[in-house]
Amino acid sequence: MTAPGASAWQRFRANRMAVVCGGVFLAVAAVCYAGPLIAGAAGLDATTIDAWLGATPPGAAHWFGTDTLGRDMLVRVMIGGRIAIAVALVAAAIAVAIGVSYGAIAAYAGGAIDHAMMRLVDALYGFPTLVLIIVVMAVTGARSLVALIALIGAISWLTLARITRGQVLGLRRREFVEAARALGAPPGRILVRHVLPNAAGPVIVYATLALPQVMLTEALLSFLGLGVQAPLASWGTLVTEGSSQIVVYPWLLVFPAIVMGAAILALNFIGDGIRDVVDPRRAGSPGRAGSPGRAGSGGRAQSGSR
Amino acid sequence: MIRFVAGRLAASVAVVFAVATASFLLLHAAPGGPFDTDQRRSPAVQRAMEDRYGLHAPLWRQYGRAMAQLARGDLGVSMKRDIPVSQLIAEHGPISALLGALALAAALGLGVALGAIAAWRRNTWVDAVVMTGALIGISIPAFVLGPLLIAALSLHLGWLPPARIAGARSLVLPAITLGAVYLGTIARLTRGGLLDVLDQDFVRTARAKGLTERRVIARHALRLGIAPVVTYLGPAVAALISGSFVVEKIFQIPGLGTYFITSVAERDYPVVTGVFVFYAALLAVCNLAVDLAYGALDPRLRDARERAR
Repeated sequence: MTAPGASAWQRFRANRMAVVCGGVFLAVAAVCYAGPLIAGAAGLDATTIDAWLGATPPGAAHWFGTDTLGRDMLVRVMIGGRIAIAVALVAAAIAVAIGVSYGAIAAYAGGAIDHAMMRLVDALYGFPTLVLIIVVMAVTGARSLVALIALIGAISWLTLARITRGQVLGLRRREFVEAARALGAPPGRILVRHVLPNAAGPVIVYATLALPQVMLTEALLSFLGLGVQAPLASWGTLVTEGSSQIVVYPWLLVFPAIVMGAAILALNFIGDGIRDVVDPRRAGSPGRAGSPGRAGSGGRAQSGSR
Repeated sequence: MIRFVAGRLAASVAVVFAVATASFLLLHAAPGGPFDTDQRRSPAVQRAMEDRYGLHAPLWRQYGRAMAQLARGDLGVSMKRDIPVSQLIAEHGPISALLGALALAAALGLGVALGAIAAWRRNTWVDAVVMTGALIGISIPAFVLGPLLIAALSLHLGWLPPARIAGARSLVLPAITLGAVYLGTIARLTRGGLLDVLDQDFVRTARAKGLTERRVIARHALRLGIAPVVTYLGPAVAALISGSFVVEKIFQIPGLGTYFITSVAERDYPVVTGVFVFYAALLAVCNLAVDLAYGALDPRLRDARERAR
């Protein structure tokens, strides 16, 4: 599955769109993290309120304009990006950790345990998990960033579990795994040292694709007033504020929306690009690889007739 | 077949009760009761109100009562408005369901067509345009798309009403806003599914008969290639529910989503539990339908299932 590093990099580079998008995302992230420092030196920050100034359209002093309280929108968008990206990275990492261990354990255990574990994943796929976290956040009154990240991570691991399980199922009967077992390696060690590294490709693809998904979830929760809370602001909160003022102060929506849209689009393209590298058979096809399908529930007959 | 359906139904009922139990426990563990307000009330009134809804009974009694009610199909009574939850669902549900069905149906028709065109013209500029468009549709959240559409199409051009529901025309913008994500996803899945199928033997046979590529795709490959789309419908309906929260808020539609979010904020226990259970039951039914449709589309799967019995 894993191609030699050099050839993999070549194939990724051949996908010009993915490379451009990688650049776009890194640039957005770099500007979000470094930008406020530079702006600070120029006397701009996200918190200074200038009620006399109010909302001003984009101009030389404020490139993205100012919001109704006279705060500089460019700096606000950059700070919002820091939070959006941080939330997405940590939540996606949690999702990967849960999904990979869950899928690996299910596949390695096999039999009834595997069946039961994957039936649970099937059930959760058709379950309104987002509604569940809305209920949880609303009734517990949990509004902290930590709770938000943990909850988003806790509902975003399903696809990763399926992908990992499929990979591990394919690998666990291979000779090198048999060899490790014959040498007396314990199951945990076999899984971590021998099986998982070889399953890395597709897992990386879906981990990348989980990032924009998680970012959208955070934005959606922020839109419903349950996500990132003031005084903090993410892209989602900025877009929400802006969308209520779109007629009078369109720049309050347009700039955060463009930046967030660009970041999410870029992440999606990067994910597609990495997939083409990992699974060259599917090169140029933005459909999905591996068809997670209703795996676990008896599976699909599709690939059997190849 | 009957055994399969019965088994799935039993599993669905179990899921619904699990959901009911979970939300019951969650709501009771939560701080703040439904009658905590800034209003000044005498302790006697407070106590009488809480008694009426049995909030002083031991937890297991309250739980038993809630489950017995649910088994009878009774979802409880709103604590804020004194109307049965089932009546609230009957009043606010249809508009949400109509909107969701409209968005999903349009996305399904258009998405499959676009995906098939992209697969037919694969690796050409047509393919690239359709797939880039699909990815953009997936990447733009509804709460960005909605206000932009309102600003452009209704406030600027005056073509369509900006909010509220009054007549068929007012459903257009909400349906587009809600459906864009599904359109993009379904187009991608259709293309991917078709490309998976196009190198199989029965497709080669169809080509060998001298059929045009268009007919091969439309008549032979699509039936099987559409399988990932059918699989996606279950999660799609689940996402439609959270989508309805957003779209109903943007367009000020008095649907079930709006109502649910309001009840969550008001800590109206029975409504939150009742609507959540209703959502879970709705999705269980949809997923069963998806599973059945799956078997109908791919005869090999149906046979495999029967052999497994």
